[in-house]
Amino acid sequence: MTILLVLIPAALALGAIGLAAFLWSLRNGQFDDLDGAAHRILVDEDRPKRSTDGRD
Amino acid sequence: MMTCCPVGPALDAASQFAGDLAPWVITRPDGSLELDLIIPGLSAPESIPLIEGALEQVPGLAAARVNFTGKRVIATWTDPAFNPAGIVEALNELGFMTRPFDPSHSGLDADDAQSRLLLRAVAVSGFAAANIMLLSVSVWSGAEGSTRDLFHWISAGIALPTVAYAGRPFFRSAVRALSSGQFNMDVPISLAVCLAALMSLYETFNHGEVAYFDASVTLLFFLLTGRYLDHLMRARARSAVSQLLSLSASSAMVEEADGSTRIMAATALQPEMKMLVAAGERLAADGVVAAGSSEIDRSLLTGESNPEVAAKGAIVHAGMLNLTGPITVTVTAAGKDTFLAEIIRLMASAEQSRSRFVRVADRLARIYSPAVHILAATTLAGWLFWTGGDWHSSLMTAIAVLIITCPCALGLAVPAVQAVASGVLFRNGVMIKDGAALEKLSGVDTVIFDKTGTLTLGRPRLVNGASITAASLAIAAGLARSSRHPLSRAVCEAAKARGIAPAIVEDIQEIPGRGLSGLFQGGPVRLGSRKWCGIDENDGQGLPEFVLMRNSRAASIFTFEDELRGDAAAVIAKLEDDGLRVEILSGDREAAVRRAAVALGIERWQAGVTPQQKLAYVEQLKEAGRKVLMVGDGLNDAPALAAGLTSMAPSSATDIGRTAADSIFMGESLLPVLVAREVAIATQRLSLQNFALAVGYNVFAVPIAMLGFASPLVAAVAMSTSSIIVIANSLRLGLIFRQRPASAKVQQPDVPDLAHLERRAA
Repeated sequence: MTILLVLIPAALALGAIGLAAFLWSLRNGQFDDLDGAAHRILVDEDRPKRSTDGRD
Repeated sequence: MMTCCPVGPALDAASQFAGDLAPWVITRPDGSLELDLIIPGLSAPESIPLIEGALEQVPGLAAARVNFTGKRVIATWTDPAFNPAGIVEALNELGFMTRPFDPSHSGLDADDAQSRLLLRAVAVSGFAAANIMLLSVSVWSGAEGSTRDLFHWISAGIALPTVAYAGRPFFRSAVRALSSGQFNMDVPISLAVCLAALMSLYETFNHGEVAYFDASVTLLFFLLTGRYLDHLMRARARSAVSQLLSLSASSAMVEEADGSTRIMAATALQPEMKMLVAAGERLAADGVVAAGSSEIDRSLLTGESNPEVAAKGAIVHAGMLNLTGPITVTVTAAGKDTFLAEIIRLMASAEQSRSRFVRVADRLARIYSPAVHILAATTLAGWLFWTGGDWHSSLMTAIAVLIITCPCALGLAVPAVQAVASGVLFRNGVMIKDGAALEKLSGVDTVIFDKTGTLTLGRPRLVNGASITAASLAIAAGLARSSRHPLSRAVCEAAKARGIAPAIVEDIQEIPGRGLSGLFQGGPVRLGSRKWCGIDENDGQGLPEFVLMRNSRAASIFTFEDELRGDAAAVIAKLEDDGLRVEILSGDREAAVRRAAVALGIERWQAGVTPQQKLAYVEQLKEAGRKVLMVGDGLNDAPALAAGLTSMAPSSATDIGRTAADSIFMGESLLPVLVAREVAIATQRLSLQNFALAVGYNVFAVPIAMLGFASPLVAAVAMSTSSIIVIANSLRLGLIFRQRPASAKVQQPDVPDLAHLERRAA
């Protein structure tokens, strides 16, 4: 039964990682635009990406 | 509405946001700057890359992201010297009109925060439920002794913080209800969750065999899901409605005694001030015209569809639209004393008299909540009696009863259906402000329509186009293209519809109350009233007309009529078929209302009705026991909208009309009224089915619990199945309306509609 000492923390940790990822994505605004996200996946991303500092 | 000038799908010179953007710019914690813009015309997902691509080209802008759900774009930059006007210009070039907004001001931020809080609680309880369930499965499969104790302790470690965190929405609501001496559904929920957790903890301490940690957390998870769905639906409608509200602060240009002018807020206006009103502006206060003359569109105030000439001495009211010429108005009343304020006062009192509607779920909670407590108490007493005072097992059974009767499926029964319904309606161009509106809509037996702007589109259309030659129409369009007068616009639209390019007319002058004059190929041309063009007065038809004069001879007569919504007749016929009483209550002239009533086949109609009379009539119907759906758009409808059992307004309505109405429909079609009712009836039916399922489950489960057979396993299985059945039943609504696209499908909110709205809001 000592295997439980490994398995239970492992199971809990995996669950906690999932929870943390969800909370992070929520905080990160990934749930702010559900309809937009559904459509964006269909949008061709063929325009050139610009550098993030806004001065290219 | 299309203008003559080909400047883009939704562009209208007067609707552009020309004000200072600086007050709307937000400084973010990291020092960068942010501007939020609303794009009401954003309806096609293909526009997302278009807009983001165009904004990437704006020099100095760091990032721009479209929020498609909220029809917003959020632009950020770091350089304080950057002028955000470039963003608006770039959007205008694409043909989108836009307005800045402040998310914290419009109440959307609070909604977002609440929604995130609930979603976090759902996530936490979901995580906890899954993990505890894993451990519980091990216990049920035979874990014993110290292993079982270990599992219980770990479960307790997860469950107790979860209950404390995720249970707060219910605890707060329950405390609020109890402190005001009432019961709501949250009281038994809170009791069950807390008692289950505490009792399980006690059992764990004493190496007991059963613990209900999984039940208490799973319960929270399901209930929070229901609550989140409910919230999501209301937040979506609110955000859509707040986007429609005109965000331009109401202000006025005031002329001082020394001749200088300054802009001041409408609220700061005082009587006797001189207010300059340019063509195309809305009046900010009531007053008397002191100089100049123009035509005034008062359709939103009175329902009158034809513009009226206002010369010196004419009385004008706040909210009217000045169409043709600049006027100076001496303010007679501002702020609280205006006609507008009177309407708002009427509306407030109408809302108070609105009988308090009790939602189905609340009605049920009033019976259910005490019933649950009585059952639990009876169980406790019964077991104490049978077992001869065995407190432990009696308490255990009583708590099991509380857990198993806990309205898990009941908590989902209504929100789940209504969330699906609001999605169906949203796709059909209807925004429902809350679930109660759906419940009310399903019981409606009388529909009262306003005419101007509701049954009609609120804008004139050329009706005798067939008898007008292409040459005449081209000259008329050439004259009319520079005018904001609704009839001029109708001429332009008619020319455009026939593919006729406006002729080049020079030296155009607009004479308020008369018409337009100019030079075409060297000869004088005029487009205006009969009187001005020297023709006999009206032949009695009563429709607005324009005469086109070419070289001092009348070339053609243009006749206009306020256009009925394309499918109005069909929708009315269907409503009457369904046994509803349909009426028109309009502030417009009798001839115009009669024509509309005849065209639509409506027998009951009233013309020339004041806002007070509209309100009184709706109240009277209500007293006679009728359930009234009021559909209207104007200021004059607002009190009646507030008084009706429920109400709908087109998206082109006044701000006040939209605020007063329970739901808003988009587009040029009247079909959403019909669809909304159909969906509401289906929603109500499914809600009741869900209740029946949930109550049926209780009838089955309660005896089991009372007899003491509700082990944690039974509780977990029973709760989950009943919730899943209820959700599955709710999802059927989406299927019902997907299979019947013919009756449910309507035109999506399109660009012309929004341009039309903007014209009215401008």
